[in-house]
Amino acid sequence: MYSFEPNEEQQMLIDAVRRYAKGDLRPAGHEAEESKSLPKKLVNKGWELGVLQASIPEAYGGFGERSAVTGALAAEEMAWGDLAGSLAVITPGLFAMPILLAGSEEQKQEWIPTVIEADWPKYTAALIEPFFDFDPNDLKTTATVEGDDFALNGVKMMVPFAAEAEAMIIYASLNGLTKGFIVPKSSAGLSVSEPEKFMSLNALPLYRVTLENVKVPQSHILDGDFAPILASMRVANAALAIGVANGALEYARDYAKERQAFGVKIAQKQAIAFMLAEMATEIEAIRLLNWEAAWMLDAGKEEAVIQAYLAATGAADMVMMVTDRAVQILGGYGYIRDYPVEMWMRNGRGFASFTGLAIV
Amino acid sequence: MTIEFETPKPIANMRYMLQTVAENMMRPISREMDENEHEIPYGYIEFMHTAMKSTGAGSLAPQEKKEKKEENPGKPKHPPIAYQSLASMLEMLAWGDVGMYLITPGGGLGAAAVQAAGSPEQKAKFLERFDGEKPTFAAMCMTEPQAGSDTSAIRATAVLDKETNEWILNGEKIFVTAGHKSFVPDEQFGAGFLVVWATIDPTAGRGGMRAFVVETGTAGVAVTKLEHKLGIRVSDTAAIVLQDARVPFDALLGSPTVEKTTTGFKGAMATFDATRPLVAATGVGVARAALEEVKKMLSEQGVTIRYGLPRQKLTAIERDVIDMEIMLKSAWLMVLKAVWMADNQKPNALESSMSKVRSGDIVAKVTQKAVEIMGPLGYSREFLLEKWFRDAKITDIYEGTGQINRLVVARQILGYSGAELR
Ligand SMILES: Cc1cc2nc3c(=O)[nH]c(=O)nc-3n(C[C@H](O)[C@H](O)[C@H](O)COP(=O)(O)OP(=O)(O)OC[C@H]3O[C@@H](n4cnc5c(N)ncnc54)[C@H](O)[C@@H]3O)c2cc1C
Repeated sequence: MYSFEPNEEQQMLIDAVRRYAKGDLRPAGHEAEESKSLPKKLVNKGWELGVLQASIPEAYGGFGERSAVTGALAAEEMAWGDLAGSLAVITPGLFAMPILLAGSEEQKQEWIPTVIEADWPKYTAALIEPFFDFDPNDLKTTATVEGDDFALNGVKMMVPFAAEAEAMIIYASLNGLTKGFIVPKSSAGLSVSEPEKFMSLNALPLYRVTLENVKVPQSHILDGDFAPILASMRVANAALAIGVANGALEYARDYAKERQAFGVKIAQKQAIAFMLAEMATEIEAIRLLNWEAAWMLDAGKEEAVIQAYLAATGAADMVMMVTDRAVQILGGYGYIRDYPVEMWMRNGRGFASFTGLAIV
Repeated sequence: MTIEFETPKPIANMRYMLQTVAENMMRPISREMDENEHEIPYGYIEFMHTAMKSTGAGSLAPQEKKEKKEENPGKPKHPPIAYQSLASMLEMLAWGDVGMYLITPGGGLGAAAVQAAGSPEQKAKFLERFDGEKPTFAAMCMTEPQAGSDTSAIRATAVLDKETNEWILNGEKIFVTAGHKSFVPDEQFGAGFLVVWATIDPTAGRGGMRAFVVETGTAGVAVTKLEHKLGIRVSDTAAIVLQDARVPFDALLGSPTVEKTTTGFKGAMATFDATRPLVAATGVGVARAALEEVKKMLSEQGVTIRYGLPRQKLTAIERDVIDMEIMLKSAWLMVLKAVWMADNQKPNALESSMSKVRSGDIVAKVTQKAVEIMGPLGYSREFLLEKWFRDAKITDIYEGTGQINRLVVARQILGYSGAELR
């Protein structure tokens, strides 16, 4: 069957996340970007919505079942409020979700409940590397077998909350295949830089992580397939991009209905109205593509991997186009940092390199 | 409700069957029909008629299921999928050849108008014929030389002759798809009809617009021209003149009196809400044909597309193909959503127009890229890529141009009336 409407449970989650995005994230997001820090209370409140918890089975301390569709719906709503805040709220998922997807039973028992039951726990993951052609399936960070251990070597960047994390998953190439490794904070050879600075996401602490012969026991490898993890990251990315784009569209739309020029509201000019129509169409197109990718993941379909790639690729272009036009619709005001659209445009450009910052 | 993308079994089966039709009945004569404009592929038409009759899909217009006695009330009801089936069917036929799809018997836009604006008796009377012995056509006549996008500017008139209780129609209609097959008697075809839009009160603007069913061969009506076109050349595009043409009273679809409302116009618009995603579906079909062909030709020349690589590592051709894939897949999902809404009686003016905007855009881009990527082979009439490029463009023109559909989308998202955003 084809069907395009969230079920009741999903709708309840969407509503709850929307309230948080509107009532908490949006009012705080811009100030957080300018002051370069996120209020802890804000992040905690988001965590308590239980988006991650709802996709972890009871056996591991959660109260639901993993659904990429549900995760995508929640991420869309949250990012409407603020991207940096959303990424912070869902950072622990970067650690828990891959273990759920590719970890052994023992790993799940050992790690997931600890993460899930805590109060916005400090766990993260490191995928992105500092190269223009960074490729999640062809990492430069390596894992080699050394006796009973793996030795990890390489450099990671854009690792959220790395400085505070109790443990993180580090992705490395093991004989050419990407694998995740659970690496505790105290591991020798692991060093975390000062916070990195980017064009946006100033409120989100992101770090460079260097691995010099970091030893982890063989039991710390996530031995399952990396493909569904990557696909889930791409679906998350696309969903967040959709949320940001929607926020920008709605803001620009409302502005255009207020702003007067040449005796009419600018929205009454086709040049503006058509931009809005195209923005809305583009968002809807990518949203459906991403929903289908998420659904394919949930249904265990092989095509999910390519579909998620297409969705994330399309989303990166879409969000750039939409946020660029939002700035254009606000004219000079769009360029001024008192208004949030320029921040969304800076967010927008990032999605082409955000794979690894979120997972649903 | 839920979010789900599993193709329903009946649709999957139907598409499988239609793909065979497309491959064996359409593609082999696509080129020849394109080169010999206005030639009629009787073989294909006969075949489709017989095939559709035997499956009970006599009319191409989505039909409400004939009331059936609930045989097994305990059995869970299947959700309605009539529009979803139809869109899936048209996508596949257009994948075969969109021009030939347009001359598939079954009533097309004419029947859709009857379906949208006719009374139950009229539906029975006018739509039954498509299940008859011979292939039968119907067409929709809205456009006039001075009135295309601005349908409220049509000048064709309908005046009631109170003595005979007949409507007298006058006017000139142009660009009528399947106008010739629907109106000019042909012994190979059954008697079809035109749905002609005219005003019953020229002072009433949109409120006066009504649709009339004009039967094949009606006196006072003539096909005066068949257009020569950029693409879809196998599809007849007719100019039709009506001079004191008389049709019976019940040829009028809708109310005979002019209220201070715009119901007549709304009838036309309701037809568009229903048919726009269907036209969008045909655009998607053409785009898919082109993309699949490009991928096939590329792989024959040793190029495979490496999905999953970061953009920075892709070749220019891979980037193009991946972008085309994104456009194609997302456009199809927008069609599906719009027709799913129609099936579930959800107002879908926004989604219909969005799907049409998207399809009109992407089919042009995909087919243009396809020709470009294949270089001289793309440009060659030895292959169908150049034909699909020509066929594609019509998607963004009929059933509301890209601009008109952008207006609809913009008004919807802005909450504007036609007066607030022209
Ligand atoms: C092959 C073919 C088959 C067709 N089949 C049928 C058929 O079966 N039945 C039928 O009734 N008609 C049919 N048409 C007609 C078709 O629907 C019209 O051509 C179409 O609606 C555009 O009208 P027009 O050609 O008069 O262009 P115009 O309305 O003159 O438009 C010219 C340009 O102006 C733009 N424009 C117009 N109004 C606005 C506005 N308000 N804002 C911004 N831009 C605007 C248009 O988008 C277009 O780009 C067919 C046409 C073709 C070519």
